[in-house]
Amino acid sequence: MDISHMWVSFYTIVRKDVVRVVRIWPQTFLPSVVTSVLYFLVFGSIIGSRVGQISGFDYMQFIVPGLVMLAVVTNAFSNVATTFFTSKFFSRIIDEILVSPTPPLVMIAGFVAGGMVRGLGVGILVLLVSLFFALPTIAHPFVVIFFLILSSLIFSLAGLVNGVYAKNFDGITIVPTFVLTPLVYLGGVFYSVSALPSWWATLTYFNPIFYLINGFRYGFLGIADVSIAVSAAVLTVLALGLIGINWYLIRTGLGLRQ
Amino acid sequence: MEPHHALVIEDLQKTYTNGTIALKGVSLRVAAGDFHALLGPNGAGKTTIIGVVTGLVNKTGGTVHVFGHNIDTHPENAKAQIGLVGQEVNFNPFENPIDIVMNQAGYYGIPRRIARPRAEEVLTALGLFEKRNQRAMTLSGGMKRRLMIARALVHEPRLLILDEPTAGVDVELRRSMWEYLQTLTKRGITILLTTHYLEEAEQLCKHVAIINKGEIITQGTMRDVLGELKVEVVILDVVKPLTEAALSAISAYKPRRIDDTTVEVEIGEGRGITGVIKALDEHGIPVQTTRNKSGRLEEVFVRLTKSS
Repeated sequence: MDISHMWVSFYTIVRKDVVRVVRIWPQTFLPSVVTSVLYFLVFGSIIGSRVGQISGFDYMQFIVPGLVMLAVVTNAFSNVATTFFTSKFFSRIIDEILVSPTPPLVMIAGFVAGGMVRGLGVGILVLLVSLFFALPTIAHPFVVIFFLILSSLIFSLAGLVNGVYAKNFDGITIVPTFVLTPLVYLGGVFYSVSALPSWWATLTYFNPIFYLINGFRYGFLGIADVSIAVSAAVLTVLALGLIGINWYLIRTGLGLRQ
Repeated sequence: MEPHHALVIEDLQKTYTNGTIALKGVSLRVAAGDFHALLGPNGAGKTTIIGVVTGLVNKTGGTVHVFGHNIDTHPENAKAQIGLVGQEVNFNPFENPIDIVMNQAGYYGIPRRIARPRAEEVLTALGLFEKRNQRAMTLSGGMKRRLMIARALVHEPRLLILDEPTAGVDVELRRSMWEYLQTLTKRGITILLTTHYLEEAEQLCKHVAIINKGEIITQGTMRDVLGELKVEVVILDVVKPLTEAALSAISAYKPRRIDDTTVEVEIGEGRGITGVIKALDEHGIPVQTTRNKSGRLEEVFVRLTKSS
């Protein structure tokens, strides 16, 4: 398959997913926006007014990057995990692609791009909603864009691993509930690592979402718990590792072919 | 590797992870332009062979070439030659037929501006054009089957693999699908067909392979395989009721009375029907019509699969 054919195949996978996501927007875009509004109201306005400032910023301003990241991460992950799992579980729709000459990397890119589109779309919506509660400062716009793209990429890739491996519906609900959600909440969405006891802070450094929120918050507010370069390096290595795992899984057909 | 062959399978083996041995060294050749039947009882290994050829099942051993492309070393080239109509309906029921077919073209690298007229063409040929913008879930069972064929043809494959395409389809529709498949072979498309309707294979296919318990037990031209039967069953309609004396006169032909004026006889190698007609005539029972009993392939199939 030459490059132009691969592009068409990639575009087809992405287009199909985006059409689906837009068609069922009350299920795909709306829930995260509603949840974010609740977070802004409860944590930002009501509790935040009692918390005071963190690193010189209002609590509401401090949590905006984390809440945007929360929306991006959960939507990117669940979109790819669910789409891929349902396409292999229900009527083996995935066979449409598996019998075609679409190479594994193009297949990965297509599904991941679909997740990124949803993750970024929801992230932008949450960011727009945040304008009603706090006027966010954006200290480094390109850093914001970089971490936004990187976060949607990483969690779309992670969602694909989950979708490929999952053998039943439990398989795609256990990981978001028992792995992803704790990682997100313990990654510093609502607090700064500097406020944690040292043992907890040390544990946090093993949480990849911490580096995403750290980099994203730096882009917005210009403050960071660890160096932005360290965050970018850790996340780039993670992304490459996940690409490798997905390539191996789809190339060998583990969880896909008999 | 033999480009005049659409499909060359050598010593194909498959053992599933649960230990089931599905294929025990299957070798099969399908010539380009052939209409080839692959028959066998349930669980014989037909769908496993198709799965391996199309990349849906990982093989344990052996080689597969599709129009000379090795599926291990050049899987994308091999897959580009194949169109698959699977046993189960496997498209998104919430999508429209036109989108299902166009998306499939997209997976083969065909841009939408080319895919749309092609999709419309195959949907028209299969009588689905009017339904192209309806959700697939609203189609009847027969229409869903035809949509599967349309989807498999949109990228213009050279080898079309049909895994029981007419299962659960009514007689009228089945016959119209046969006609359509015959037009495809006339256009040079090679077809590999698995079916439980042996009459279908007998009427359509030039070559046949019969598989049982993971092994090919016979293969060749349809004529050669049917020749293994050695006897031909003929049904005679007679003008007057059959008598016991008349039946005993033709006992060498193993007569089986169907009703008062119909009898079935076996004509062995080197014998003709004339002897039967003459013997009945001598007993005052003229023969009105004779016809071959259909389903000869079914007899071969039953004999071979029972004995293997």
